Amino acid sequence: MILEMNNIQKSFKDLKVLRDISIHVDKGEVVSIIGPSGSGKSTLLRCATFLETIDAGEILYMDRAAAKTNEEGKAEYVSHAELQQFKQYFGLVFQQFNLFPHYSVLKNVMDAPVYVLKHSREEAEAQALELLDKMNLKDKAGAYPSQLSGGQQQRVAIARALAMNPDILFFDEPTSALDPELTGEVLKVIRQLADEKMTMVVVTHEMPFARAVSDRVIFMDKGVIVEQGDPEKVFGDPDHERTKQFLRNYQQ
Amino acid sequence: MTFQTMLASMSAGMLRSLAIFFLTLIFSLPLGMAVMYLRRSKYKVISGITKIYIAIMRGTPLMLQLLMWYFGPFYLFRWSIRGYRFPAIIIGFSMNYAAYFAEIYRSGYEAIPVGQFEAAEVLGYSRSQTFFKIILPQLVKTILPSITNEIITLVKDTSLAFTLAYNEMFSIAKQIASSQTSFVPFIIAGVFYFVMNYVVAFVMERAEKALAYY
Repeated sequence: MILEMNNIQKSFKDLKVLRDISIHVDKGEVVSIIGPSGSGKSTLLRCATFLETIDAGEILYMDRAAAKTNEEGKAEYVSHAELQQFKQYFGLVFQQFNLFPHYSVLKNVMDAPVYVLKHSREEAEAQALELLDKMNLKDKAGAYPSQLSGGQQQRVAIARALAMNPDILFFDEPTSALDPELTGEVLKVIRQLADEKMTMVVVTHEMPFARAVSDRVIFMDKGVIVEQGDPEKVFGDPDHERTKQFLRNYQQ
Repeated sequence: MTFQTMLASMSAGMLRSLAIFFLTLIFSLPLGMAVMYLRRSKYKVISGITKIYIAIMRGTPLMLQLLMWYFGPFYLFRWSIRGYRFPAIIIGFSMNYAAYFAEIYRSGYEAIPVGQFEAAEVLGYSRSQTFFKIILPQLVKTILPSITNEIITLVKDTSLAFTLAYNEMFSIAKQIASSQTSFVPFIIAGVFYFVMNYVVAFVMERAEKALAYY
């Protein structure tokens, strides 16, 4: 099991955003999380990537606990140094790309491997160029993020995440900030990664894409998992009224 | 008194003015960063005290602060202040400018999208790597014009050291002007400040251009 999150609870002040959520992701699995805004799906990813701290529950990567509930029912994390190591298990692609504007495309991709993973510069550069080639961006290596289209920036962000050799890659609405015209090129890259059996969790509003690419779809609403399973089942013949309603609203 | 002798006696003062200028920058630029972090502290007591500090530094005349830094130790603790004149000037200027720089840094810091911090965090950069590699370069670019303003003010503020009877350039200019009943020393002083600031503006403009690559 690459990722296991058990009984996750998370509140912002009085607002309960995640109510006892459990998910698990196996090696090579592609899991899509869908649901209306405010359902907690992005928060779940942010908890998985330690950008938010959970109030209670368990987070395990590779069967190693990064956080677990203590006797008082509160989540307790491992030390800061250990968390830094856990971060090497995953990568995150943001909705807003969040590339470093003062670094060239190449440096964006190779900097963390050099300074965090302590790879040699030559090795990191070779890998970065290979990834950029895969993203069809080799000719943009010397460009700065501001010179790229949104779709290109997002592909650089994917290359940057892949350069860390993560065991699992998270996508937080990777196409929501893009023009409809540009979403296709990003989805194509994610699809290609799925074909290569990259383990991925994708929070998305692109329903046809989620249906086509996922091994499993999770529908979340109001901080709980309403329904999950095979995409054909969830999209084609959902069990719950709430899921049906959500999908109906989407088709309109 | 010839023009040359005036210039010669004022040049020692110019060196002292330059010393105040550079030492203040050397101390206040990094100190301002520390003040900014204290100001942003999540501990209310620390951020509160820092806010009061900034309010006092910005809310009272620098001239008064210089007097306080110099004579304060004597009046409060009866410490001897002999030989303390120059350090008091540098402390006074640095503490004052640090407060202004802190607020400029804060404006720049808060303008950096939170996604930059998050991207660095997820990639596993350490705190100091995040600061020096990701945040600082972007911060410097946004705040450079405001920093230029502040440095130009500092050039002219060095003349306030006369408050503590320190013979920087402007004090000497006044002395010569009154003893020689001549206006020339003031013109020399004006040219000195103007040229200094011209250089500052030139250097800072070059720096801005150097950072305009993205």
